[in-house]
Order: sequence, then C-alpha cells, then structure tokens
Amino acid sequence: MLVVVEQMLNGLQFGLLLFLLAAGLTLVFGIMDFVNLAHGSLYMMGAYFAATFVAWTGNFILGCVMALGATLLLGILLEFVALRHLYNRDHLDHVLATFGLILFFNDAVRLIWGPAGLALPLPSWLTVPVQILPGVNYPAYRLSIIAVALLVAALLYVVVMRTRIGMLIRAGASNREMIGALGINIKLLFTLVFGLGAALAGLAGLMQAPILTVQIGMGENILILAFVIIVIGGIGSIRGAFMAAIFVGMIDTLGRAFLPDLLRKVLSSTAASTAAPAMSSMLIYLLMAIVLVVRPEGLFPAAKR
Amino acid sequence: MKSAFNLRTIVVALVVAGLVLLPVYSALTGKVFILTMFTRIIILALAAASLNLIMGYGGMMSFGHAAYLGIGGYAVGILAFEGIGSGFIQWPVALIASALFALVIGALSLRTRGVYFIMITLAFAQMAYYIASSLSRYGADDGLTIYKRSNFGGLIDLSNRTQFYYVCLACLLGGIYLIWRIVNSRFGLVVQGVRSNEQRMQAIGFHANRYRLVCFVISGTICGLAGALLANNTDFVSPAVMYWTRSGDLMVMVILGGMGTLFGPVIGAIVFLLLEELLSQITEYWAMIMGPLLLLIVLFARGGIMGLLARFSRG
Repeated sequence: MLVVVEQMLNGLQFGLLLFLLAAGLTLVFGIMDFVNLAHGSLYMMGAYFAATFVAWTGNFILGCVMALGATLLLGILLEFVALRHLYNRDHLDHVLATFGLILFFNDAVRLIWGPAGLALPLPSWLTVPVQILPGVNYPAYRLSIIAVALLVAALLYVVVMRTRIGMLIRAGASNREMIGALGINIKLLFTLVFGLGAALAGLAGLMQAPILTVQIGMGENILILAFVIIVIGGIGSIRGAFMAAIFVGMIDTLGRAFLPDLLRKVLSSTAASTAAPAMSSMLIYLLMAIVLVVRPEGLFPAAKR
Repeated sequence: MKSAFNLRTIVVALVVAGLVLLPVYSALTGKVFILTMFTRIIILALAAASLNLIMGYGGMMSFGHAAYLGIGGYAVGILAFEGIGSGFIQWPVALIASALFALVIGALSLRTRGVYFIMITLAFAQMAYYIASSLSRYGADDGLTIYKRSNFGGLIDLSNRTQFYYVCLACLLGGIYLIWRIVNSRFGLVVQGVRSNEQRMQAIGFHANRYRLVCFVISGTICGLAGALLANNTDFVSPAVMYWTRSGDLMVMVILGGMGTLFGPVIGAIVFLLLEELLSQITEYWAMIMGPLLLLIVLFARGGIMGLLARFSRG
C-alpha cells in the first residue's frame, strides 16, 4: 500500500513535468502552427544552464532562476534568428530545420561541457524526507516539483484565460490573420509565446536534472513522450495536454513499477522478466493507438478553427 | 523545361554509371574503403527511395521509417542466431515482417493527417526501438552480431565485397524501377491524386485510405529489404539502426535530393553521407556544421538538388 502511494506520487510528479514540456510544445503549435522538434533541446539546455549556474553561484534557487532566464533568452534568440522565417513553410520544413537544430545543440553541448554528464546536487534542505501520511515518507524535492509544476500550471491557466496577453494568444490561435489586421503586433506575440514555451521546457529540464543526470540527448526521449501526450490530449489544447500528461505519467510510472510483478503471477518468472520491460515501455504507445482508433482528434481537442 | 530535363538526366546517368563502375575503380586503385562506404550509401539510398514513395508521391510524412531498417535487420539477425542461415528464408521473412508492421502502424496512423501523422509514425518507430532494446535473448541494447551473412547456396556469395556491392546496387535499381512503375500506374496516379486533393478523390469514388495504406505497406516492405541488406553489410544489428535520428537522416536525404523525383533520394543519400564523412574527418563536432547547414538548405534550397538542377538549367 505504501509503495502504491509512493509510486502514484512519482507518477503525478513525472506527469506534471511532462505537462510543462508538452504545454510549451502545444502552445507553440496551436498559435504559430509550428512543429518544434528542438523543444527537447531547450529542455536539455535548461538542465545544463542550471547545473552550471548553481555550481557558479553556489545557490540552488538563484542558479535555477538564472537558468530559467537563460533558456528564455535562448528561445527568443532562436525564434528571432531562425525559426520565424519558417512559419509560412509546411510542417515538413519545420521538422527538418528543427532536426538540424537538435544536431547542432547536441554537438554544441558536447563541445562546451564535454561528453560526460553533469550532476546537479540538491541543497540539504531539499533532500530530507517529508512525512505525508502516517508512516509514509516522500522526498521533499519531489514534493516541491509537484508544488512548483501545479503552481505554474495554475499560473498558465490564469495568464491564458484571464489576461489581455492570454486573450491575444487565444485569438492568435483561432485566427492569426484577423488579429494581425486588428493591429496586434503578431511578430512580437509569436516571439513571446515561443520564449514562454522555451522557459517552460527549461523549467522541466532543470527540475528533472537533480533526479537524473544532466546529459546529451536527455531531451529526445522525453520529447517523444510529449508528442504522445499532445496526440492523446489533442493538438493545441492546454487542458488536453494537462490531462494526458498526468495520465501518461501515471501509466508509465505504475506500469514500470508493478507490471513485472503482475506478469510474474501469470507467466513463468523468466518469461515475465523478459516480457515486462518491453511491455511497460510499450504501454504508452498502446494507449496512444487506442485513443487514435476511438478518437483520432485526441481526447480534449482544441476548439475548431 | 526541356533543357532542365536534360541536365537532370545527364546528372542521373553519370551517377548511375559511376555507381556501376565503382568496383572497377576500387579494384584498380586498391581502395577497398570506397567500396564498403558506397555499399552503405547504396543501401541507405534504397531506404530513402522507399521513403520518397510515400513522402514525395503519397504526401505521407513518415518520421518512423528507420523502424523497417531495424525490422528487416533483426529478421536476418534473429534467424541467423537461431541457426537458419539461408537467405531464401531470411529475406522473405524480413520483407513479410516489415510489411506486417507497416500494415498495422499504417492502419492506425492513417487515421490522422499532417503533424499528427509525423508524430505518430515517430512514436511507433520509437516503440519498435524500445522493444528491440528489451530483447535480452538477442543482445538487447548491445545488439546482435551476425556471424554468417545470408547464404544463397552457390548462387551468390555475399561475403565477397564486389558481389555484395552489386547485389545492393541491383536491389537499389530494381527498387527504383518498381517505384517508377508504381508511380506511373493507375494505382500510383490515384495515390498522387489523393495527395493533392483527398476530398475530390473520395468524391469520385476512390477509397483514399486504402490506396494510401497499400502504398505505405509497399514502401515499408522495400525499406525492410534495405534493412536486411544493411544487417548483412555490417554483420551486426542493434536497436540504434531504428533510433529516431536515423529516420530523420532518411528524411533529410529525401529532401536534400529532391522529394518526389525518382533519383532525388539516391543523390540526396550520396551527398548527405559523403558530407557526413567529409565533415567528420575535419572535426569531431561535425554535427555542429551539419545542423545549421540543414537549416540553410530548408530555408534557401527548396526542391533539393534536383530542384536546383532544374532551376540552374532554366537560367
């Protein structure tokens, strides 16, 4: 029972991280109609910046804030230099150009930080276990990830639904030409949205960094999970991305934790230990296939254009 | 337009002639290295040509094409590991396995369009990658060494470099001939019609998705053959051949050469892989140059090399 609670929290925490990544991706896609494969690279850069700045300043929070700012600036720079020239092209061109950017970022990181991974050590006040239920301890750091991610999700909701900027973003998503004709500076809006997406990816990366090692290519596998989430949730829908991200995070974590034991009850133990890893990594994709068969437009599609 | 056609034809003819005569050059100069490098280029050109069939002619942007390279390769590797060395069994199994995989993921993915399709084919290929990484009996992450190449009795000896090169070249030219026949058949015209206007094709009575699916399966099967060749070439198969960056490479080859042209993918594969070879000799960080180069190609060279040739001869 204790293990179940712990794994559920792990699933929630992973799902929320995935949401931060998927939200940026779906925001950029929903508004600029732009497919950004290099989103995973921004996630990686967030982690590398955090590791560097935390080591440099010696202060975890300060380092993380600086890393967040750096990822935001990097995103804006990227949009300004290269990506804004691609908005009128088709999706294939987006995929290719951003694929090129991934190659560039991976090797640039290898050149600057070296091929070995970095570690981002936690300050001591974040490593203590917290008693959440009688007899159930959970790491404070993972709890704080949950708190920060929920806070950011709420903030995102307020910004998109309750502010003028959010109104423009939503208007941009439903009709780009029209809000341009109404005198809104679309170029600036797009740059801001892209920067926001980059900062969200960077935040996900730097929060994940202390749990995993900071390494080249860390953004690639998780990017594909973010794609799956967007497909399940419905492209362009932040609400869909949130639901799907929690769902995927839970299924992935619980599957990896409990599937081997479940299988062992049905199959012989050698067969189970071969099948379990394959099955738990397939689980998400099976889920996606089912969603596609039942609702090809995703579970929570954004309003039609 | 006539002259454009001519310039392209001349370049294609020169490339094909060069590929046919390459073993002679290699034998005369004693540069074995060139022969093995071009064997790999030819195999990946076949994979790129198969991707071009669905991408260029069918309008289906598959980002998971490397999965078939892995499936074809693993079919050969696993059968060899289990003691079945005959190519007459290995290769058909490789083709059938790729076709079945294409049928299943095609039937699911073709329910979607556009970006969804790109993401879904990518996700399914990643799934195949993870499955291969968990095959602990067949080497898992470390991959599977193939100790004996596919055995075709006394007919052909794949261990002979020159013979293997010509087998690969024959597969490439055969594959391109097949694609040419398909593209110009009634079936191919329907598929191209669906690419340009699906609703209209539906309205005049074609089941658009059936045609699309068949095209998808044919493409996957051809790529499965490339996978079987690739495994024989490296005597090794590992999950890495179906990693998503490999699918990206194949897409780049198609676009670089010229999407929707018959020989574009071949030229794209040659240029891309030679460039990779050249840059990696200059610097360890070759991808730092290759990446921005890709960006520039996308921004400024639409239509790829074939498009440039056409524009160049038009003046």
